[in-house]
Amino acid sequence: MNAPEQAPIAPPVASVASAIDLGAEFRDAGIGEVLDALERDLVGLAPVKRRVREIAALLLVDRVRQRLGLATEHPSLHMSFTGNPGTGKTTVAMRMAEILHRLGYCRRGHVVAVTRDDLVGQYIGHTAPKTKEVLKRAMGGVLFIDEAYYLYRPENEKDYGQEAIEILMQVMENQRDDLVVILAGYADRMERFFESNPGMKSRIAHHVDFPDYGDAELAEIAQRMLAGWNYRFDDAARAAFDEYIVLRRAQPHFANARSIRNALDRMRLRQALRLFEAGGLVDAEALTILTAADVRASRHFQADTASSTDNDKP
Amino acid sequence: MGAADTPQQILDPKKRYQAGVLKYAQMGYWDADYEPKDTDVLAVFRITPQEGVDPIEAAAAVAGESSTATWTVVWTDRLTACDKYRAKAYRIDPVPGQEGQYFCWVAYDLDLFEEGSIANLTASIIGNVFSFKPLKAARLEDMRLPVAYVKTFRGPPTGIVVERERLEKYGRPLLGATMKPKLGLSGKNYGRVVYEALRGGLDFTKDDENINSQPFMHWRDRFLYCMEGVNQAAAQTGESKGHYLNITAGTMEEMYKRAEFARDLGSCIVMIDLVIGWTAIQSISNWCRDNDMILHMHRAGHGTYTRQKNHGVSFRVIAKWLRLAGVDHLHAGTAVGKLEGDPMTVQGFYNVCRDTVTKQDLTRGLFFEQDWASIKRVMPVASGGIHAGQMHQLLGLFGDEVVLQFGGGTIGHPMGIQAGATANRVALEAMVLARNEGRDIANEGPQILADAAKWCQPLRAALDTWGDITFNYTSTDTSDFVPTASVA
Amino acid sequence: MRITQGCFSFLPDLTDTQIAAQVNYCLEQGWAVSLEFTDDPHPRNTYWNMWGLPMFDLRDPAGVIGELKACRDANPETYIRINAFDSTKGWETVRMSFIVQRPTAEPGFRLVRQESKGRSLHYTMESYAVGRNPEGARYAP
Repeated sequence: MNAPEQAPIAPPVASVASAIDLGAEFRDAGIGEVLDALERDLVGLAPVKRRVREIAALLLVDRVRQRLGLATEHPSLHMSFTGNPGTGKTTVAMRMAEILHRLGYCRRGHVVAVTRDDLVGQYIGHTAPKTKEVLKRAMGGVLFIDEAYYLYRPENEKDYGQEAIEILMQVMENQRDDLVVILAGYADRMERFFESNPGMKSRIAHHVDFPDYGDAELAEIAQRMLAGWNYRFDDAARAAFDEYIVLRRAQPHFANARSIRNALDRMRLRQALRLFEAGGLVDAEALTILTAADVRASRHFQADTASSTDNDKP
Repeated sequence: MGAADTPQQILDPKKRYQAGVLKYAQMGYWDADYEPKDTDVLAVFRITPQEGVDPIEAAAAVAGESSTATWTVVWTDRLTACDKYRAKAYRIDPVPGQEGQYFCWVAYDLDLFEEGSIANLTASIIGNVFSFKPLKAARLEDMRLPVAYVKTFRGPPTGIVVERERLEKYGRPLLGATMKPKLGLSGKNYGRVVYEALRGGLDFTKDDENINSQPFMHWRDRFLYCMEGVNQAAAQTGESKGHYLNITAGTMEEMYKRAEFARDLGSCIVMIDLVIGWTAIQSISNWCRDNDMILHMHRAGHGTYTRQKNHGVSFRVIAKWLRLAGVDHLHAGTAVGKLEGDPMTVQGFYNVCRDTVTKQDLTRGLFFEQDWASIKRVMPVASGGIHAGQMHQLLGLFGDEVVLQFGGGTIGHPMGIQAGATANRVALEAMVLARNEGRDIANEGPQILADAAKWCQPLRAALDTWGDITFNYTSTDTSDFVPTASVA
Repeated sequence: MRITQGCFSFLPDLTDTQIAAQVNYCLEQGWAVSLEFTDDPHPRNTYWNMWGLPMFDLRDPAGVIGELKACRDANPETYIRINAFDSTKGWETVRMSFIVQRPTAEPGFRLVRQESKGRSLHYTMESYAVGRNPEGARYAP
């Protein structure tokens, strides 16, 4: 299923008999707030936001079409979210669940996030109950399977992952109105997974690609995170952090926003130690400011760290 | 409160213990600064002092007369740790809107009471003071029983949870009916009424308070025929059934004899009347615990001292004592039926029976928080002038943990007793189903009943017969803290 | 006859939509829902067969209805009940229980009376179906 190129959320046109005011539909569903919040709260991700708007618009139109008898099938809503770690897949999944809930495509709007270990058992007869247990908990909401391709291990023909895939596919087909499944992970691995599991691919209606954040976007994310915790950089620290982003991106295991968050956590530790060791009195200002020293103490500013494998440590 | 001319405690021992008469407050039974201990027994009395009697002195007198005092100073006080044993009135408030009445709070040290004895507790708290001349009237409104004291009682022998597990009945109020006419039926005819009511859908039937062993029906006949009815109905419905066999008798020996016969016939429940007294209640409760028996308490006689607001003992206190003494079922009012009961006040009684911790709630007459220390819950019973047409009100007021007893509303059904029982059961199940589906039963109740009556002829007949009957009289025992209205 | 155990036996058999609404109520109360089945519905038979474990942490009845369908498929001509378990302090017991499948024909129970001392009787209920066939075939048409 392909979404339209443009989001057809237009202002209401002059109504004719039995015409439907899409604008009013949009307002009544309350999804505008969710889309606005998505726009406001998440830095960057323009193509993702656009895809979400498209899907929301499609579902809104679909709902109207159903009411007029133009569509009868419950639309398939299963999705794949592909992109590198820390690009906002889980966050967007939460917002998506909210949108689906408001549009009436998802009764509860909760998200159950799992990985292979939650679905696949250790011995014969273990997998089906585990998978079914997770599915029952996710009913009425969204099942978010992170790194879904690990369910499929072609190198081990006795792997129990295949059993979980079969059960999942059955529910995705037969209980579309009870459950929405979102598969998430790296784009290339997901592509290989779909090649080996065409049945799964055919059940996914929407593919959403999450690009990596640009350097400026990561800087913006860092400042928002800090503001949320009542911290901020001084000017020198901000400049240092811009350098940090460039250095960190070049290292292995770079995980976009997640790496930024980890870095900020360590910088807060350094600030605390600095204040503690300085002794004397501190004021609110001192407790709020991260300095260039707090940033530049990072290992990534040392020249000889390129060979290190443990890249999320200072 | 505390007028400047209120007598203060005399601290100088020479003056304090000089022979003669002192004011109770001077003797130390009033202490506005006293901070009740967690282990104190607390009581709140409503007192109406005689004209000219200072309310604080009256409160001190209540504390004194319900603990160590007598009318004059005695030197033998000095052989005891008398400061500890003296109860302390520590607070007094005028009753809102009631000229001349005061709530007075009294704290009693735990050592004033024997463990595990309601007889002892009541001998102190209500033993003397209600006849005390300087008071025109007195009423024990509420008590806080400390966990340390609660733990000396065994409480209900079965409790709500185990009763339901034994009966395998969950998720709805239980249904009962008191056999009518309450006097005069022969054993064989009486058992017929039991059978018909249980067969039609009730869970329990009940002896009335005054059916013991009279010329028209010997108690053994009653037990034999009732159990025939119970077992016949159980076999025909595949459902557990019971009849509260009243074992009230003139002596404890006779009560044990009747209890044992009930047990030998396979009855799951026996019944006693409140008038047998606290010691007999605690004894039979122990017997029930030893014999896997549910104990049903009919509060016969309570209206003589619970109903009037100015004098007596509030039923919420009686309910607390009975929970400690150990009964499983307790008649606690209907609010909508023929007997006295303001809805909020009655809900307060239900809370006392069913809570693990009863919260302070003045609008329901609950003056204290009461921690029940894991003592079992008592199943309240709503009985007296209620019918199927009130099902939404009853379910809304009392929830699932209650026995709803429709005596006349079952036996007086125009199509017969079975039909009467079926009408009640269908009305109940339809209402529970609707409530669980999220419907507003307070407003939609009559419609829900009417819809069920479309396919249930007995329910339709019941609604046609009693649908409009209400007992809309003003209650006497109401909260003083908000205006309350009777349920229409 | 019709066995009247459970809290809705006097109503017409519930549809799956009605059952889902009741399960939804149980989930809203925070109770864990479970399924049990038996072909020995004696009122003193406390332990019916469990159909899997109680379903903890569900948000929506769809999972229960799915299990109910599977249980019905695997156990036709038996009694199936839905139980809701409350784990809060002071309850720790079943709070609701209702029958969601019954056999086509319910022959019921015979009351056996054994004479004893005086006029006393000892009563026993015997299931016609249980006496007829072993477990698993008791209500087979």
